[in-house]
This record gives sequence, structure tokens and C-alpha cells, in this order.
Amino acid sequence: MKKTVWIALVLSLLAANTLFAATPGDTLVMASKLDDIITLDPAEIFEFTGAELAANMYDRLIGYDVEDAGKIFGVVAESWDISKDGRTYSFKIWDGMKFASGNKLTADDVVFSLQRVIKLNKSPAFLLTQFGFTPANMDERIVKTGDYTVKLVIDKPYAPAFFLYCLTATPGSIVDRQEALKHAENGDAGHGWLKTHSAGSGPFALTIWKPSEILILAANAQYHSKKPAMKRIIVRHVPESATQRILLEKGDIDMARNIQPDDLKGLSENPSIRIRKKVKGALYYLGLNQKNRYLKIPQVRQALKYLIDYAGMESTILSGKAVVHQAFLPGGFLGALAETPFSLDVEKAKGLLKEAGLENGFSVTMDVRNTEPSISMAVAIQASFALAGVKLEIIPGEGKQVLTKYRDRAHDIFIGRWGPDYMDPHTNADTFARNPDNSDAGQSKTMAWRNAWDIPGMTRKADAAVLEKDPATRVRMYLEMQREHQKSAPFIFMFQEIEILAERANVNGFPLGPSFDSNFYRFITK
Amino acid sequence: MEDIIHHRRIYRTLNRAVGMAAMVGATCLGLLLATFLIGRIVPIDPVLAVVGDKASAEVYQRVRLELGLHLPLWRQFFIYVKAILSGDFGVSVLTARPVIEDIARVFPATVELAVIATLIGVFSGIPLGIFSAVRQGSLLDHLARIMGLIGYSLPIFWLGLMGLMVFYARLNLLPGPGRVDVFYENMVDPVTGFLLIDCILAGEWGIFRNALSHIILPASLLGYYSMAYLSRMTRSLMIAQLGQEYILTARVKGIAEWRVIWGHALDNCRIPLITVIAMSFGSLLEGSVLTETVFSWPGLGQYLTNSLLNADMNAVLGGTLVVGAIFLGINLFSDFLYEFLDPRAR
Repeated sequence: MKKTVWIALVLSLLAANTLFAATPGDTLVMASKLDDIITLDPAEIFEFTGAELAANMYDRLIGYDVEDAGKIFGVVAESWDISKDGRTYSFKIWDGMKFASGNKLTADDVVFSLQRVIKLNKSPAFLLTQFGFTPANMDERIVKTGDYTVKLVIDKPYAPAFFLYCLTATPGSIVDRQEALKHAENGDAGHGWLKTHSAGSGPFALTIWKPSEILILAANAQYHSKKPAMKRIIVRHVPESATQRILLEKGDIDMARNIQPDDLKGLSENPSIRIRKKVKGALYYLGLNQKNRYLKIPQVRQALKYLIDYAGMESTILSGKAVVHQAFLPGGFLGALAETPFSLDVEKAKGLLKEAGLENGFSVTMDVRNTEPSISMAVAIQASFALAGVKLEIIPGEGKQVLTKYRDRAHDIFIGRWGPDYMDPHTNADTFARNPDNSDAGQSKTMAWRNAWDIPGMTRKADAAVLEKDPATRVRMYLEMQREHQKSAPFIFMFQEIEILAERANVNGFPLGPSFDSNFYRFITK
Repeated sequence: MEDIIHHRRIYRTLNRAVGMAAMVGATCLGLLLATFLIGRIVPIDPVLAVVGDKASAEVYQRVRLELGLHLPLWRQFFIYVKAILSGDFGVSVLTARPVIEDIARVFPATVELAVIATLIGVFSGIPLGIFSAVRQGSLLDHLARIMGLIGYSLPIFWLGLMGLMVFYARLNLLPGPGRVDVFYENMVDPVTGFLLIDCILAGEWGIFRNALSHIILPASLLGYYSMAYLSRMTRSLMIAQLGQEYILTARVKGIAEWRVIWGHALDNCRIPLITVIAMSFGSLLEGSVLTETVFSWPGLGQYLTNSLLNADMNAVLGGTLVVGAIFLGINLFSDFLYEFLDPRAR
């Protein structure tokens, strides 16, 4: 008797397939890391997970095609036109849209939503305030002109794409004014309440939110477009990749969002699991501080660009998680430069170092956040730098600690990951190619400032590009800036990130956009 | 005469109570000061935790003022202590809720796990330790030693994943990670925060069974480690006792062997054992970060680690204070138990 029990135990352990348990047909269960959600108020959200959730709970005036970001279309806006002087944008809003609360969506809600972003002035507020909106002038510049018409007046005649793309970002979400004001405290425009609740017109509404535990969305019965097939989206916080994998193979979840390369290999052999990838906007780069006496030498900067094994890292430590990319605009963006002139070339690097009078190499440190893939990348870079005698000392640190040092310009080399804030090329040009004040007191801590790269000429070019109205000319300007950047910048762009998603084979239709705020749940079917 | 003795006793008790209160107060203040200083000395900018890397200079400055970071350190500490004394632990940056509420939510999850794990540890570890002490060199003794060694040396992280792999994925005997199946989520009102107790209060027996089956795997895992520790400690304590002369005397007097072991010897081990159990329980209450991560258990360990990594100082200070207070509480409680159990202390 005992023997049979043991044999049964061993046999079931050996069974290749795990027992399968399906989730209900109208519910999507997802495992994700929810610990980056610090707020659910669209005027404050600046994190990946929060942005994705806001995109599913709120509508914005306009949206863009996730397959072709160049195509912009109206969502809450039925149409819009731009005045001749390029400063006044008039939007016509659909009549008949409703919020999840049942309240009608009108011009009042649009004005309220945009004004509250400026008034609250949280981290992402600059997406709107960079167009000259201030709490003092917002009543004249964000105006209701009729029940379903709104007028926005910006300070300079920027390229229309720049302003429109900023309106597609999370702070452009339209919030239910009556609902928000009902929960307002001390004139906070409902901010305290909206941190943990939703009041939108999007396809889903928030029902349960327990931080770092679980989040549940329910389909919004008032939704204006085709009703989603999923009645509920359940997101459980599962921090460990291996645990996500077990849950997915077992069928207790339909989708796993944070699968690491090790677990990916195992999953790819499972026929009932589909793995999908989408190139996102985030870039991995090295920042070379120009306060360092070696790094400020132009030849040294170029030499280091030839001392990185891009292809080797892509196929090993980053396997499937990133592709080589060497310009400051990520692939998929207007004007992105696809050329990759750099590869590991030790002889060329040695030649450049000799020109700089450093044929025997030099010593330098690199601050690295102690998480993957940064650590593995740092170790690989240390090895390839050594081929030309550059001794790299790695200083690992906790994320916020490394960042504090970077913001104080106290590093030599910083290995970083940068994600764009909106779909317009200015988002990256603004930080990598602009440095209006290089003094230590400089207020705008752009990446160029953090690396003490004083570039009045390039700053002017970036300022001109954002005002250029003709898209073709604008593309040319950005391409030129990126080429110049590759020749001289203290930035070594290496890779563009890929989002990996593993789902059960019966799940269909989830579009992965170029940024997290374009991952829409409403198209999912099972 | 009796009156005087009576007065003296009251005086002595009062004196000790005051002494104890002073000690608790001083420890708490020391704890506060230490965590506060660590929080300020670490090279992490707390404003960054609130506003993120991309905020404008103006937003950054405003938050810096709001947090009072422009004030001298002693004033910041003074303000902090004043707030704590009025019961205000501040708001967590990460969850946007008062720290007290957060702790009230995550701590019961940890306590639930720790209590069951400790029960498993006590009821398996102590008998195991006694048996291996009595039958030194026997098969059971060797087995216990091997199990103890495994408990000491295997990473809990790996063992947890294996447990999930075997009992959940392959054998389908136990449910997966989390405190309860997702479909039962939020069905029971959190009266006490202890899910099992709340289910009983609400009469939700289906959910109770589900929650109980969810806790078995992580609790057994922690219980196993606690058992490994307790059995080794019990074994050495018992061996020391069994070699004493009073045991020989008892045996010579012809007292039944089971009474010698379970009565005489164990009786004299119970005081150090209480300390050992209290320490092991206390360390479980800090939250076992790795177990909580593998099992997606929303407990204090995960909360504190996450807060620490995000420089969420209110949450870290609040959490540390709670853990510190609990350690103090457990110590006081075991002191009290000593007096109760040890005739000399009475």
C-alpha cells in the first residue's frame, strides 16, 4: 500500500504537464509587479504600471495609433483646429459621452481636468506647464467656449505634434469633475481621493485597490465605444518571476507581465503559452561626467563608444529584453536615427586613446543600481573597457541612492535607463541635447546638465526643432542632431528596451503599444 | 507588622513598574533616534522618493519645504517625535495612505503566518528535540540532525519555490500564492485584519477553508525552519538536564521514565525554551521577506523592504517602531512568564 502511494507521488512529480485550472471566460487574471504604483491620480501618475492603468480608466482628448505613432486621432475630441499663429487649439468634444458615474462628459470636465494638473503641480505637470500654462493665467488660456467646445492657448507656436502628443500622455486624462469635487478636501480638486479611486470615462473603472496586493477593474457600463469582452481585470501583485511562471503554466492566471529571461526559456517550450515582445521607448545608456578630467577629452569619449560589446550583450545578458540602439531618439519615434556606427573595436579605441595621450589607459568609476540587468551590463562593460587598459571600478548602490549622486553630478560614469515622457521627439532632445545653464546651481537637471556637458549650440538647435512646423524639415533637424550627438556627446546609447509578456494561448487581442500608457485591455478576448 | 510588609510589597511593585516604564520609554526613544538618524544619513534624497526623478525644480523645492527638510536636524527630529506622540506616523509615499493604516493592513498577514508557523515549530520541534536527546545516536536523532541541517542551510527562497512546484503545480494539493483565491478577494470585511478570524466572524466557512489552505504552504515552510532551530535547541538543553544528578536520583527512586523526561527534565528546560521560542516568534514577526515574496504574501516584510528601497521614510520609521515595540513586548511577556513559571522569581 505504502509503496503504491510513493510510486504515485513520484509519477505525478515527473508528469510533464501541470494540472490545468482555467479562469472564468469573462475575467482576465494577470500577475504583475504593482509595487511601483504610488498614486492613481492621472495628474500625478509617472510610473509605468500607473500609466497603463490610467490609460484603461480614463480617456484623453486625443490618442495615437499604437502601430503607427504618427497617426493622431480624436478620442474625447471629435475634431480640432489650430489657429494661423499656431498658438490657439480649438477642440470640439463629442456630445453624449458619459463617465462611469453616469455624469455627462462636457467642456467643463475638460477644462477642470487640464487646470487641475496645473494647479496641483505634481511631478508630471511640466507636460502641460512647458506650454506656458500657470495657475495665474490658466483661466484665460484653458477656456470653455461652449458646452462641447474648448480653447487652449499656448505660449509659443510649437510644432503641433509636440503639443498634441503631450495631450495624449497621462496628465491629459479627462476626469469626472462632479465626482472629483464631491470628494475634494481643502481645495485639492479631489486629489487625495483620486490617488486611490477612479473617476473616468474609459472602458474600465477601479473597484478594488490594495497596495502591493491586488487591483481589480470592472468594465464601465457607460463606455462610449465597443464594450470590452472582459467584465473584470484582476491584477495580482506577484513580485517573483518564477512564481508568475508557475501560476501561468498552471492556468490560474492568463497573463504574466514580469517574466525574466531564465523563466522565459522554460515557458517558450510550452505550447499553451504565447510569448510576445514589443519594443518600448526606454533606452539604456552611459553618462560620462564632463567634470572628470579623462572623460572630458573628446577622443576618450569616442574611444569608450568603441569599447562596448553591443552585439555580445544583446545576445547574452539581455537576451530578448533589448535591442542595440545608438541614438538618443528611440526607434518608433518621429526622426529616430537607426544607424549603429559603433561596435567593439579595440584597435580603433586604442588609437583614439593614444591621440588623447592615454595609451596606457586610465582609471574611472561607474555608479550602477544594484538590480538586473544593470549589474550584468556593468560587469560586461568593465571587461571590454579593460581590453584597452581602461580600469573601471563598479560602485553598486540602491536605485534612489545612485540617482541622488547622479543628480549631484558626483559620478564619473553612470549607467542609466531613460524612458520618454510622451511620444514627441522633444521629450528626449530636451534632456539629452539641451542644457540651458551648466552652472552647479542650474535648475533644470537635464541629462546633459547632470553630465556637465555645456552645449549652447545644440541647445539652440533643439529649441529650433521644437518650433518647426514642417514635419519633414523637423525630421531632418533631429537626424542631424543625433548624428552630431554620436560624434561628440558624453552619452553612449546602447540598447532599446523590449517589453516581454507571457500569456495563455487562448488570450487574444491585447495590443502592446510603444509606451505603457498605450497597453489597452479593452481589446482582449478569451 | 503585616501592614508594613504589605506596604513594602506595593512600593516594590510600583518601583519596578516605574522602572520598567522608564526602560520601555528610553528604548523607544533610542529606537526612534537611531532609525531617524539612519534615515537622514543614508545618501538618498527623500524628496526624490516623493516627486521622482523628472519633477521640475519648482515642484522639488515645494516638496522639500513640505517635508521640512530645510530645517536643522534636531528640529526635524523634534517635530517627528511630537507627531508620533500624538499618534501621527505620517503618510506613506508609496501607498498614499497613513502609515498606521498600512501597518494595520500588512501586519495581521504576517502575524497570522508567524503564529501558525510557530505552532508548527513548537509542536514538532520540541518533541523531536526531546526524542533525539533521549535516544542519542538513534536513527531518529540522525534524521532530526539532517533535517536541522537542511533547515539551516537550504535557502528558504528555493524551498518555497519547490514547495509551490510540487504541492501546487504538480500535485494540485494546495492552492498557489496569495492569502486567498483572487475570486474571494475582498468578500470578507476586514474587522480584525486577520483573515482567518474575520472569516469566522462573518461565518464564511468556504473562504475560511480557502484561506487556511493558502496559509499551509508558507506556514509549513517557516514552521520547518522554526522546527529545525527549536529541535536543536531543545536537544542540547535536554541533554544538559538529563546528565544532572537529580535525574539520576529520580531514576533510582524508580519513577517512570516518561515522567523523568517529560516531567522533571523538560520542566527545567522550559524557561530557556520560552526565550528561544519568543526569539524565534519575534524574528518571524519582522516578516520573512523572501517567503512573502515567493508566496506574494502581503505582509510586513515586503512592506518594509519595499519602503526602504524607495526611501519612503515615514513607512520605514513607522514599521521599525512597530517591530521594535513588539520585540519589547515579547521580551516583557517572556519576563512575565519567567516569574510565573520560576518559583525562585516569585
